[in-house]
Amino acid sequence: MKSYDIIIVGGGPAGLAAAISAKKEGIDSILMIERDNQLGGILNQCIHNGFGLHTFKEELTGPEYASRFIDQALELNIEYKLQTMVLDITPEKVVTVMNREEGVVQYQAKAVILAMGCRERPRGALNIPGYRPAGIYSAGTAQRLVNMEGFMPGKKCVILGSGDIGLIMARRMTFEGAEVKVVAEVMPFSGGLKRNIVQCLDDYDIPLLLSHTVVDIEGTDRLEAVTIAEVGPDRKAIPGTEQRYECDTLLLSCGLIPENELSKQASVELSPITSGPIVDESLETNVPGIFACGNVLHVHDLVDFVSQEAGLAGANAAKYVKEGGEKGSTIVKINATDGARYTVPSSIHVENMADLLTVRFRVGAVFANKAISVYFNDERVQHRKKQIMAPGEMESVIIQKKQVEAYEGLETITIKIEDYSK
Amino acid sequence: MYDVIVIGAGVSGTCIARELSKYQANVCVIEKGDDVASGTSKANSGIVHGGYDCTPGTLMAEMNVRGNELLYQLAEELHYPIKKNGSLIVCTVPEEAGKLDVLLDQANKNGVPGCRIIGKEEALAMEPNLTDNTVAALYVPTGGIICPWGLALAMGENATVNGVEFKFETEVTNIEKKDDIFVVTTDEGTFESKIVVNAAGSFADIIHNMVSDNKVEIINRKGEYLLMDKELGDYFSATVFPLPGKMGKGILCAPTIHGNMFVGPSATDIDDKEGVNTTQEILDDLAFKAQNSYLTRTKLPMNKIITSFAGLRAHLPQHEFIIEECADCENFFDALGIESPGLTSSPAIAERIVGMIQAKHNFAKKENFIAEREPMVVMEDLTLEERNEMIKKDPRYGSIVCRCEMITEGEIVDAVTRPMGARTMDGVKRRTRAGMGRCQAGFCTPRTMEIISRELGVPMTEISKKGKGSELLVGKIKED
Repeated sequence: MKSYDIIIVGGGPAGLAAAISAKKEGIDSILMIERDNQLGGILNQCIHNGFGLHTFKEELTGPEYASRFIDQALELNIEYKLQTMVLDITPEKVVTVMNREEGVVQYQAKAVILAMGCRERPRGALNIPGYRPAGIYSAGTAQRLVNMEGFMPGKKCVILGSGDIGLIMARRMTFEGAEVKVVAEVMPFSGGLKRNIVQCLDDYDIPLLLSHTVVDIEGTDRLEAVTIAEVGPDRKAIPGTEQRYECDTLLLSCGLIPENELSKQASVELSPITSGPIVDESLETNVPGIFACGNVLHVHDLVDFVSQEAGLAGANAAKYVKEGGEKGSTIVKINATDGARYTVPSSIHVENMADLLTVRFRVGAVFANKAISVYFNDERVQHRKKQIMAPGEMESVIIQKKQVEAYEGLETITIKIEDYSK
Repeated sequence: MYDVIVIGAGVSGTCIARELSKYQANVCVIEKGDDVASGTSKANSGIVHGGYDCTPGTLMAEMNVRGNELLYQLAEELHYPIKKNGSLIVCTVPEEAGKLDVLLDQANKNGVPGCRIIGKEEALAMEPNLTDNTVAALYVPTGGIICPWGLALAMGENATVNGVEFKFETEVTNIEKKDDIFVVTTDEGTFESKIVVNAAGSFADIIHNMVSDNKVEIINRKGEYLLMDKELGDYFSATVFPLPGKMGKGILCAPTIHGNMFVGPSATDIDDKEGVNTTQEILDDLAFKAQNSYLTRTKLPMNKIITSFAGLRAHLPQHEFIIEECADCENFFDALGIESPGLTSSPAIAERIVGMIQAKHNFAKKENFIAEREPMVVMEDLTLEERNEMIKKDPRYGSIVCRCEMITEGEIVDAVTRPMGARTMDGVKRRTRAGMGRCQAGFCTPRTMEIISRELGVPMTEISKKGKGSELLVGKIKED
């Protein structure tokens, strides 16, 4: 069986940044595996701009952002395979792949980096009643059809869910001459970035109905109409609020689900909140030598943060290969409470921690003029005011190793959202 | 001029067509939908019933038991997905335990082999995830699960290979009899035949009433289902039923032949013969049952629902099959009221109808009849070595299109190019399962469209979900 030091599953933004970082840390034997026919992942269909503000201090399109990483990966001679599907990963890190040229092949890896990304939540999982005609697409599928294949999926459009891809597609469909009648969001807040609501809906007078959902779908062959109703706090439709919209297309942007089927095969433990692997400060999973980064770990809002996180996973995997997976014995748990939903990572081996550790998390509701607090055991050690926090945007805090080491008897770090006090 | 026109390409129509294809008769199947099994046969529980709940002495009981036997036999030459996983009819209320004895008695009278009543302990040993409220159960070892599309496809393909002609997207609008010849008018032209077989499912009353003064009316009994992720596929190994009620066999929890699990069906009588919409009320009720250990030991996780769907049962008030030559129209054969256990009965219904036709017309046997159908390649079922052999022969078998169900380009091309091949997205989905997984075709839709477009030489804009009117695209984007 051929072997590699590091096998990276996925050649999107996470896989690319992880590969580049691992290579720069001195690992030569790297294989990156991509199922599509080009590197870059979902960025290839994101032709709008707004990518890379944090990383490159300029606004790039998705393909432009991807190409900066692809160019670097090519320069570094990182080995990759396209149109290759990973069929299985074992806890012993035997990776089974399949493609046209080689058939089914197995490789032994010393370390594996999971970077498979996520998928969109489909209609079925939303349990929307009604008929099952043509014309119902997840927003990302429509995005691919329009931006990569050059086809229009419809002319009169309703969007359910206010995730970023849905918002972007509202504007994209409008550019292409379609009428986008309304965006309905079941929650009382949007799941997308504020800037996308302004630039993709407000600028085109597309109404956003919060606390609304689709309660019926009409049309036996092609979609003919949907009915939208207001929902109460229990997210059930309020009778009498139904409104019918004639349309030929319904786009769904109702959440992204990390694609962790392979992780499960490798016995990687998943978080019920993020649906991604549970990782420590090194972004290492419960299976030694298997790391995770990007949207397979938790769904991100900005690709810049994916690249940062993946760079760290790549460096840590390199360290694992070079130095072995020795872990320190001092473990600190990180808890998320009072409005903070989860944290990545969720535990720290203090000895293995970097000088500065970024802990990312999301909030569960909209908070105005509140503060993010960090507690070491019961003592508040950070307290930072935020004007606005929303579930659609990722938050982070930075923990200093020095401070962690100096704190005697530290068992848990807790992140919560609190009233601001001076 | 045809010898026989079969109206309807559901499981009954395709089984009849395949049975007829053994004889030197010129046979045509006319189907309104774009594919086989696109009506009543499309959305049902996919169960091979043992035959314990049919009233003894009825035609339904006879067809069920014979059909059960034939389905397992025919799978050997026609290679459709079927599995004898057994059925358990579970009593959860101590006062109702006597009803199991009634069912066992019926089962014995109907000639269902091997049935017996088992206590709670044995039932739980068999199915550890059964509800703790289990009192006792009837075990039916001949119960099974099957892919209804797979059955209709296998029958249809084999009939095609043996010379039967299929006309899809062709709707019968009138039938007249002139000088012993039937003139069948459709939206695609007029066809003549000596014999007509009515296997039109929910629409069989309309077809029957075109030629007969003895009017019948089919009641459309809707059943809604929740389909769960494959993670729950082995929750139960047998098909688990509650005690039957007056609207049918009740809401069951069962593994599907493709390794998912479903909860359903509900039963509501509706007017619309195409009313296959799901409703909030019923979906909520099914979810409630799944959450409240109705038959299951644990709450089924609702975030594992991957889709919901509805189908219609073609119910007659007398709840009995009518399989006979029409009393006031010679050479017109009816298969009416084919509701559950219609899927199980379909090969027996075909045997009976073709038997009646042969008794009158005695078509000579074909000497070159091909009984065996070329099996479909399912890459996922092959060993590593077998897969590599396939990929070496045809590299397209190495290229995954549907990530969730791991379906390759080779399998999709085969589905499109084999006899009676797929022409639509649903056609590909039914033949290969591409698009049936947890992402519900989010990723593979554009790729599958390209393959159909390339293989059939039709433009992308003509690719449809399920035939005319259900095209997926409205045109090209603006060209600057």
